Amino acid sequence: MMSFRSTLARAALLLCAGSGFPLLLSAESSDSPDEERHHIQEELKRMQQRLLEMEQRLSEQQAVAATPAAPAGSASPNVFNPQISVILGGKYQHFSRSPGHFAVPGFLLGEAAGLDERGLALGESELNFSANVDNLFYGSLTVSLSPEGGAEVEEAYFQSLHMPFGLTLKAGRFFSGIGYLNQFHTHHDDFVDRPLPYRAFLDSQYGDEGVQIRWLAPTDTFLEFGAEVMRGDAFPSAGSAHQGAGAWDLSAHTGGDVGFSNSWKAGISWLHSTARQRDAFDGQGEPVGSYSGESQLWLADFVWKWAPNGNPVNRNFRFQSELFYRTEKGVLAGTAPAASYDGRHWGWYAEGVYRFHPRWKVGFRYSELRADNSGPAVVSGAILDDQGHIPRRASLVLGFSNSEFSRIRIQLAQDDSRRKRDYQFSMQYLMLLGAHGAHQF
Amino acid sequence: MKKMFLPAFLALFVSLISQPAAATLRIFACEPEWGALAKEIGGDQVSVYTATQAGQDPHHVQARPSMIARMRRADMVIATGAQLEIGWLPVLIRQAANARVQRGQPGYLAASDYVQKLGVPARVDRAMGDVHAAGNPHIQTDPRNIARVAAVLAKRLGQIDPAHAAFYQSRYQEFSRRWQDAIARWEKEAAPLKGTRIVVYHKGWNYLNRWLGLIQVGALEPVPGVPPSTSHLAQLLSKVKQQQVAMVIYAAYQNPRPSEWLAQRAGIPAVKLPFSVGGTDSAGDLFALYDDTIHRLLKAVGKSAGSPDREE
Ligand SMILES: [Zn+2]
Repeated sequence: MMSFRSTLARAALLLCAGSGFPLLLSAESSDSPDEERHHIQEELKRMQQRLLEMEQRLSEQQAVAATPAAPAGSASPNVFNPQISVILGGKYQHFSRSPGHFAVPGFLLGEAAGLDERGLALGESELNFSANVDNLFYGSLTVSLSPEGGAEVEEAYFQSLHMPFGLTLKAGRFFSGIGYLNQFHTHHDDFVDRPLPYRAFLDSQYGDEGVQIRWLAPTDTFLEFGAEVMRGDAFPSAGSAHQGAGAWDLSAHTGGDVGFSNSWKAGISWLHSTARQRDAFDGQGEPVGSYSGESQLWLADFVWKWAPNGNPVNRNFRFQSELFYRTEKGVLAGTAPAASYDGRHWGWYAEGVYRFHPRWKVGFRYSELRADNSGPAVVSGAILDDQGHIPRRASLVLGFSNSEFSRIRIQLAQDDSRRKRDYQFSMQYLMLLGAHGAHQF
Repeated sequence: MKKMFLPAFLALFVSLISQPAAATLRIFACEPEWGALAKEIGGDQVSVYTATQAGQDPHHVQARPSMIARMRRADMVIATGAQLEIGWLPVLIRQAANARVQRGQPGYLAASDYVQKLGVPARVDRAMGDVHAAGNPHIQTDPRNIARVAAVLAKRLGQIDPAHAAFYQSRYQEFSRRWQDAIARWEKEAAPLKGTRIVVYHKGWNYLNRWLGLIQVGALEPVPGVPPSTSHLAQLLSKVKQQQVAMVIYAAYQNPRPSEWLAQRAGIPAVKLPFSVGGTDSAGDLFALYDDTIHRLLKAVGKSAGSPDREE
């Protein structure tokens, strides 16, 4: 009897629950004694419990989603595809003086040291493929597509994943590990262009075909030594001297933390290169002379990053500075008859970038160069004459990123590279499609 | 230049040779919960370096030089996996060039490989935010997952250091017994939480929700990894009011302000949970992590009285 009644009550409750009918009504309409009422109340509780469980199961199902977890050993051949990323870039630039007349008095510049054209322009689009080749090697290819339609291999190298004694071998075409900024692709930067010393000393970025070996010391403090032998085709070398081993360099880097909020890295590098008929270019990309001789570059780099408690997302600050010293001894040929020249050059830049909001960053950079040239090739008013001028440049940048994959920035620069001041305004966008590359420090 | 480098190299080699052979295994733990677990299982046979702290967002960690140095000599890396560390661990492993901790070696342990993952998306698109394509990686919010990883860890330690395999196994047995008891106790304590409706900051609590029977009604982040916008918060607020949400949950590393804003408007508590070992002052070890988590949840439910659902 009781069990029958309770079944009835349950059925009524179920009906009510199902139709959304007020439960109280069914409880009150029952003409049962107290214990029956108590019974129904308990049923009510049980029903509520069941509803909760159902809700819970539903939210779990939503969490697990409809797909079955992909089995680890999935047979799809795509599993082995390399990581692919595409970078789309474009700019608008305005210069108060003609970029065609760009020059840095006292410096022999490479082809990529000048300014871009005025106006709207598609930047280089970049394509990167990278993956572990097998258990021993990693490979990476970066192709840059110029807006005119050409494709250029920026980097194509393999690297060992592990070797005895903490050694790493890299071979192919790659950006050299000297300095700090050099090895980063430009889309990693917070400014529209590379610092002035990078443009004057390394033609914006130093990369060539070669072999690199790095040794990471087995210490709790980061300590890494590197050596590279390069073909010697890229500025500041040229003509692949010494049977195609025209440049070599050594570098040492160390780094550490100050608590969880601060970390730093510092290093020194030395690049020795031989130039055989290295063209010097004017602002329009026309050769104005050619240099043959030795070039030795010393570089000191320092970077310090602050992120409160190690959280860079909301706020962070980075200070970065590099010092350059170079000597060149050789012969300049070209418009005038060949004559010898002896040069000593200094340069430095320092920049600070502050992210004050998850989406906004502001940065300031100052660069300065000095030249001290002597020898018969130094003719008053000609390319090697520093004209008593100290080239310098200051830029201010404001960057917006909707996510780490999309970046838009505005940069204002006061450029005193030449004797006459140039005001430069740039707007740039960078869009990253595809793989989420891990960033080096 | 050469003259400067050579003595430096020599000095380092000498210091390397004269170093006493390491008696303990060097463990590189990516997150504090794995560092704590390594200490539980490894005891004094392991020395543990924890790369991050609970106050850090594990999705956005910088690959610091100090981490590279530590990984260079590590015998084992314990990561969460499921792409949580995708922004920093691969570059560390590549730069440290340590054969022992390469993927596929016993010295590389991705904890999430050993638990059934929730929230594996059917479709992945960046417009959906920084979604976890391999499933939700925040497995440490359910202690039953810790138990599974502990078993694997004990086995791996024995594989790398066979001389102490029995030691690791017995420590694991010991830990496992205490852990099972603790789970039973937590489940009993947390029984009143069953069916509690919550709103979270980031979808980082799927495993906790399943374990304790919490019902997640919404998230402050409109899509994962994107900070909450005012319009999204307003929308969420009305949902919170309609659906009798009991609390807003956020992890210790997250900005408390949006959660507090929402909680205040809705008249419910905003609950900061440790998320990992060390996330709050009282979450000093693995056991305390769940003690504190449940304590905080219960406290929040007790405070949010007046809800007819929870009148006993
Ligand atoms: Zn997450």
